[in-house]
Amino acid sequence: MKVQIGVDQRVKTLDKTDIENGQQPYRVVVGMATCGIAAGARPVMEFLQHEVEKRSLVNVFVTQVGCMGVCRLEPMVEVYTPGQEKVTYVKMTPEKVLRVIEEHIIKGVVCQEYTMDNQFYMKKQIRIALRNCGLINPEDINEYIALGGYKALEKALVQMSPQEVIDVIKESGLRGRGGAGFPTGVKWEFTAKAQGEQKYVCCNADEGDPGAFMDRSILEGDPHSVIEAMAVAGYAVGANQGYIYVRAEYPVAVKRLDTAIKQAVERGLLGKSILGTSFDFNLEIRLGAGAFVCGEETALMTSIEGKRGEPRPRPPFPAVKGLWEKPTLLNNVETYANIPQIIIKGAEWFSGIGTEKSKGTKVFAVGGKINNTGLIEVPMGTTLREVIYEIGGGIPHGKRFKAAQTGGPSGGCIPVQHMDTQIDYDSLVQIGSMMGSGGLIVMDEDTCMVDIAKFFLEFTVDESCGKCPPCRIGTKRMLEILNRITGGRGQAGDIEKLEKLAGNIKVSALCGLGQTAPNPVLSTLRYFREEYEAHVNSKKCPAGVCKAMVNYVIDREACKGCGICARNCSAGAVTGEKGQPYMIEQDKCVKCGVCQVKCPFKAVKKE
Amino acid sequence: MSEVMCCLKVESITEQERLEAVRQIVDQYKEEKGALIPVLHKVQEVYGYLPLKVQKIVSEGLDIPLAEIYGVVTFYTQFSIQPKGQYKIQVCLGTACYVKGAGKVLEKIIERLGIKEGQCTPDGRFSLEPARCVGACGLAPVVMINDDVYGEVSPDKVESILERYRQRGDI
Repeated sequence: MKVQIGVDQRVKTLDKTDIENGQQPYRVVVGMATCGIAAGARPVMEFLQHEVEKRSLVNVFVTQVGCMGVCRLEPMVEVYTPGQEKVTYVKMTPEKVLRVIEEHIIKGVVCQEYTMDNQFYMKKQIRIALRNCGLINPEDINEYIALGGYKALEKALVQMSPQEVIDVIKESGLRGRGGAGFPTGVKWEFTAKAQGEQKYVCCNADEGDPGAFMDRSILEGDPHSVIEAMAVAGYAVGANQGYIYVRAEYPVAVKRLDTAIKQAVERGLLGKSILGTSFDFNLEIRLGAGAFVCGEETALMTSIEGKRGEPRPRPPFPAVKGLWEKPTLLNNVETYANIPQIIIKGAEWFSGIGTEKSKGTKVFAVGGKINNTGLIEVPMGTTLREVIYEIGGGIPHGKRFKAAQTGGPSGGCIPVQHMDTQIDYDSLVQIGSMMGSGGLIVMDEDTCMVDIAKFFLEFTVDESCGKCPPCRIGTKRMLEILNRITGGRGQAGDIEKLEKLAGNIKVSALCGLGQTAPNPVLSTLRYFREEYEAHVNSKKCPAGVCKAMVNYVIDREACKGCGICARNCSAGAVTGEKGQPYMIEQDKCVKCGVCQVKCPFKAVKKE
Repeated sequence: MSEVMCCLKVESITEQERLEAVRQIVDQYKEEKGALIPVLHKVQEVYGYLPLKVQKIVSEGLDIPLAEIYGVVTFYTQFSIQPKGQYKIQVCLGTACYVKGAGKVLEKIIERLGIKEGQCTPDGRFSLEPARCVGACGLAPVVMINDDVYGEVSPDKVESILERYRQRGDI
C-alpha cells in the first residue's frame, strides 16, 4: 500500500516548513485575510519581503497567513523565534516594518511600542475550527501537513470503517454550525444509509448573514481543513464527488480554495485512489451569484444545478433526494473545520468541551459597537458578558450596552438582562434569538431597535426569492408597517398587526428563511416594546435615530455664535449672526446631523 | 436598450472578438453538469454584462431555453443586464456597517457622483450599488471599488477615495 504522507514524509515536511522549530531563527508572518488586506497589509508584506531580500537576511522566513482575529489592529505582523514567545506587532506600516527589521530582527530587541498584549484576548478562547488560522500559510499545503494536516483523512481511510467514522462524529455531539444546530453525525448517517449509487458531499460556504465572516476567515486562513473534512465525509457517506458553494463576494477565499484543491490533487489527497486506497474523491468549487436565499440548503443545491436558487419543500430531505435528486450531505464550513480534529483526538475530547447539549466551541464574528472587533472562538456556554467585556473590551466611548444581535436576519436581539445567559443553541432559542452562523453585532444606547428591525426586514424583502406568498407578500406588508412607524406615521393597532403577520409567516412560509424572517421584529418587540410604543403613540424615537421624529435644535445658552454649524450646513438651514445664538430652520433641515458633529460646544441637540 | 460600453473600454478587442470569446467559454463548459451559472460568471467577465444577444449565445450553446437563462440572470444580483461602470463601487450595507453609519457614506457618494444606486455615471467611469455583507465587519463601514476594499470609511473620506480612481487611466 502506498501511503504518501507517512511519518517520514511528515517529519521531512516539518523540517522544510519550520513552523515551530525551524532552522531559520525568524519566521515573520503577515495577516493577509480580506480585512488585513483592506487595512493595508499588502504594502507591509511587500516591503518586508523587499527588505529581507535586499539585506540578504537568510535567517528570516517571510510568509502570509490568514486571519489573526483582531480586525481593529490590522495590519498585523507576528515574529516567531524558536524557544521564545511570539511577538505580535499591530497596526503596521512599512515605516514600522523597517524599525522591526533593524531593531528586532537584526539586533534582537523587540519594538515594544508596536506590540500588543493579546493575553486578554486569547485567555477565554479555545481554537479548534480556527486552530491554523493566522498560523500557517494557506497557500502552502506543506505547512498544513506539517501541523498534522491530512492525518485525519489518513486515519479514517486506513484504520476506520465508514461506520466508525460516523460513530465518532455522532458521539462527539457536534452540531451544525450553520444555524439550526442539527446533529452532524446523524445527518452523515442518514446520507450513508440512503439508497443510491451516486451520492454527493456539499459544503455551504454561502455565508450570507450580514455580520458573519467566520467561514470566509476559515477558507482564507485554513482551506485544507475543509477539504480534508469533506474527503472524510465522502468516505463516510459513500460519495466520490464534492462541491463547495462559495459566495462570489469572497474573491480571496475562492482563490485560496482553488489553490488548495490543486495542491491536494497534486499530492494525491484528492482524486483517484487517495493515499493508495480504493477511495476516489473529487472536489469542485461552485460560485454563488449574490442571492441570500442560496444559504438555505435546498436552494443551494438548486443553484449548483444551474437554476434559480429557489427552495423546495422538505421532505424529501437532501440526505434522501438532494443534488440532482441524489442523496446529498450538506454541512457548513465551520462544521467541517471541526471534523479533522475530532477524528484525530476522538469524540470524548470534543464532547468534553461545551455544555450538555452543545458540544465544542463556536466561532463568533464580533462587530458593531464594541472595542475589539474580530473573530473569536469560545467554548459553548461562554456568557455574552464574557464575550463583550472580557474578550471584546467593552463598548467604545463609555456608552451603555443595549443589545447584541445574533443569527442575522433569522435571529434576534439579546438584551442586557440576558447578558449572563450561557450561549449555546438551546439557550439562545429560549431567549428568542438563535445561534445562526455566529455573527454577533453589538448595539449601544444610540441604536434604535425599531430601525434595526426595519433594517432586517428590508433585507428579507429584498432577498425573498418570491416563491411562496407568506414570505413574498407577508414580509413586504410588515416592512410597510415598520416604514410607517419609523416615519412618524404609526397608527394604533400597528404593533398588534405586526405580531399577527409575524405569527402567520412563521407557520406558513416554505423555507427556513421565510419562517425565521419575522424573528428580528418579534425579538425586538419582546424586549423593546416600549420603543415601538413611543414611536407609535408619542411619535418619538427614544434613540434619536428615526429622522422623521428627530429635530435638531441649537441650545441658545450653550451656543457661542461661532457660525461653524452654518458654514457646514449643506442645506442652508442654519441661520444667525456671528456672536449671537444661531437657529435651525426646521423646514429646510435635512437632518444629516453635520451641525451636531461639527459644533465645538455641544450646543446642537436632538429633540 | 442603448449599447453603451461602460465596462470594457478595451479598444483593442472588437465586438466580434468578444462574442467569439463568449462562444469559446460556452463550448468549454458544454458537457458539464450544472454549467449555466459558472458560464454566466465567465461570460460576464469577458463581456462586462449580460445583454440579450449574449444570453442568446449561451442559450444556443448550452441548449437551455432563453427564458430559463433570463430567469437565472435576473434572479442573482451578481449578474447584470445593464452595463457597469469601469469602477464598480459597492457600499456594504451589512449589519455591522449599517450600525456604524454606512448609510451616511452611501449618501455622500450619491451626492458626489450625482447618480443613484444601480446607476452608472455618464462617462462610464463609476457605477454604484449597495452590497450585502462583504465580510470585513471588523473594519466597518466598508466600501469596495472593484477588488479594492476600503475599511473605516467616513463621509469625509469619500472624496479622496473617489479622486484616486478619477486620476487613474482606463482599465
